Amino acid sequence: MPHLRMTGRGLWITALVVPPLAFVALFIVYPIVSAFAYAFFDWQGLRRGDFVGLENFHTVLFVEPYRSWTLNAFKNNVIVFFALMVLQNGLGFLLAYALWRELPGARFHRVAVFLPVVLSTVIVGYLFKLFLHPLFGVVNITLRGVGLDWLAQPWLGQSDTALFSLIAAQAWHMVGFPTLVFLAGMQRIPSEVLDAVRMETQSEWVKITKIVWPLVAPSATIVFTLLFVGAFNWFELPYIMAGLDGSPFGSTDVLGLYFYRTAFGNVSAGQQNFGLGSALAVLIFVFIAFVATFITIRLRAREIQV
Amino acid sequence: MTATTSDAVTTTGYYDQKGLLGTLGRDGLLQIILIANTVLMLAPIVIMVFSAFKTTPQIFQSPFGIPDFTQLGNFVRIWTETNFLRYLLNSFFVTGTSMVLILTLGTMAAYAIGRYQFTGSAFILMFFLAGLTLPLKLAIIPLFMLLRDLSILNNQLSLIFVYTAMGLPTTVFIMTGFIRTLPSELEDAARMDGASEARIMWSIMLPLVRPAMVIAGIQNVVPIWNDFFFPLVFIQNDNLKTLPQGLTTFMGEYTTDWGVLFSGLTLSAAPIIIIYIVLSKQFISGMTSGAVK
Repeated sequence: MPHLRMTGRGLWITALVVPPLAFVALFIVYPIVSAFAYAFFDWQGLRRGDFVGLENFHTVLFVEPYRSWTLNAFKNNVIVFFALMVLQNGLGFLLAYALWRELPGARFHRVAVFLPVVLSTVIVGYLFKLFLHPLFGVVNITLRGVGLDWLAQPWLGQSDTALFSLIAAQAWHMVGFPTLVFLAGMQRIPSEVLDAVRMETQSEWVKITKIVWPLVAPSATIVFTLLFVGAFNWFELPYIMAGLDGSPFGSTDVLGLYFYRTAFGNVSAGQQNFGLGSALAVLIFVFIAFVATFITIRLRAREIQV
Repeated sequence: MTATTSDAVTTTGYYDQKGLLGTLGRDGLLQIILIANTVLMLAPIVIMVFSAFKTTPQIFQSPFGIPDFTQLGNFVRIWTETNFLRYLLNSFFVTGTSMVLILTLGTMAAYAIGRYQFTGSAFILMFFLAGLTLPLKLAIIPLFMLLRDLSILNNQLSLIFVYTAMGLPTTVFIMTGFIRTLPSELEDAARMDGASEARIMWSIMLPLVRPAMVIAGIQNVVPIWNDFFFPLVFIQNDNLKTLPQGLTTFMGEYTTDWGVLFSGLTLSAAPIIIIYIVLSKQFISGMTSGAVK
């Protein structure tokens, strides 16, 4: 690479770099920095009012009814994260392991498992909303058809099954992603290592837990971190399937919905609150950044080089 | 291969046969898991497409039946009664313009960072990379105010600008890595011949960069095409809505006509499903490339 001496080349580089930098600075960095500042002000609709210090934070964390809403949404996010950890990433690991063996039809199965990933969340949300209809949805029709009438439920209409229904739809939508990331990790395991293991043990369980799992640690770091960020940012699917209020009775409310509702939800009723919304955004943002960094550092330490 | 296998069978017969059966059993189980999963992945999509060709009573009576595929009534209604075509064209316009901007600006930045040594290049790369993990959704309030101040709320430019900014970090990241691996001999030879920097970039380096542009393009085109959140906040005018956003309007209008609902979903899903099936290999490597390094 030649060193820069001539101003002509300096101008050329400036011309290449400045327009893309301007886009990122204006539409990503500036809004994120401002989000922090907004949280310290009182807002009248779209107009910024007085500086109020930490009052917005105090309100969403300690003043009822905000306190209960915040806690409820946070609790649901924690449930979503752990359930998806098992359903989406756990199943993804199992499927990756099955695909890795290159059994007949493996290529077809790989294309099929990733197909839902390319669909819009809006399509997935409405599709499952129709499938879960208490009377005419295929889920209940199937259950009644095989004699499990007692299992047929108004899935999205009752508090104890609604959140789980959303989680199941999300897992269906996204399971292909961890599957292919894990599969790529498995394919990078050197064949000498596998041959050596084959000599040592016949046990599939030992092979998975002692060899494959530790060696796909880099894949695990990535899918766990992305799932964490995604789960605490979750918005589209609950919005489509459960509505802006997290119905029924807040059982599907998550931080993303709650934040959006606080900031924009009641624009028509003139009840939008940018101050409280910004405080929520900052809290969610700091929580995600802090925990995601912690997770990444801990998981990276587990990774070993082959 | 054949010789060693038969050797092993004759010398250690019993245990190896047991091992062989064990292997068949294990792979059989994995095969069953794969088939079951594939059925589970495809069934909802197949039911959706089947239902698109049925009337509402037919859907309720035989939800799994194979329809008469010549019955296009639902599709005709969507085409004639709704704004569907408008939404589709809007999505093409917004996604297409954003992709052109992302690939042009992304290549410019990546080329400068990857091909020249200059003060601050490491910092500039860091600046782009910082945008990779930040959830922009949480900055939606300031972003909304910014777009209002720029007078482009309720205007497709708002979407195009935000998508472009969001797409640049991954694009710069993928392409800088790729551009750095390109050999410099061609470039040096051209420079000796007196070619300008712009000419070297355009005629010599850009043709070599195409594979990375395809990867970066796929990684960005799917989330932009599918996005629902930003149009929800920025766009009010029905004539400006993108497909995912328009679909919510449409689903709200036809709540009881399931045939029309399913054909709306099918029509929305069709473009991306068809492209995915044709280009599945590129799609899979493009969309997982950020995670698989």
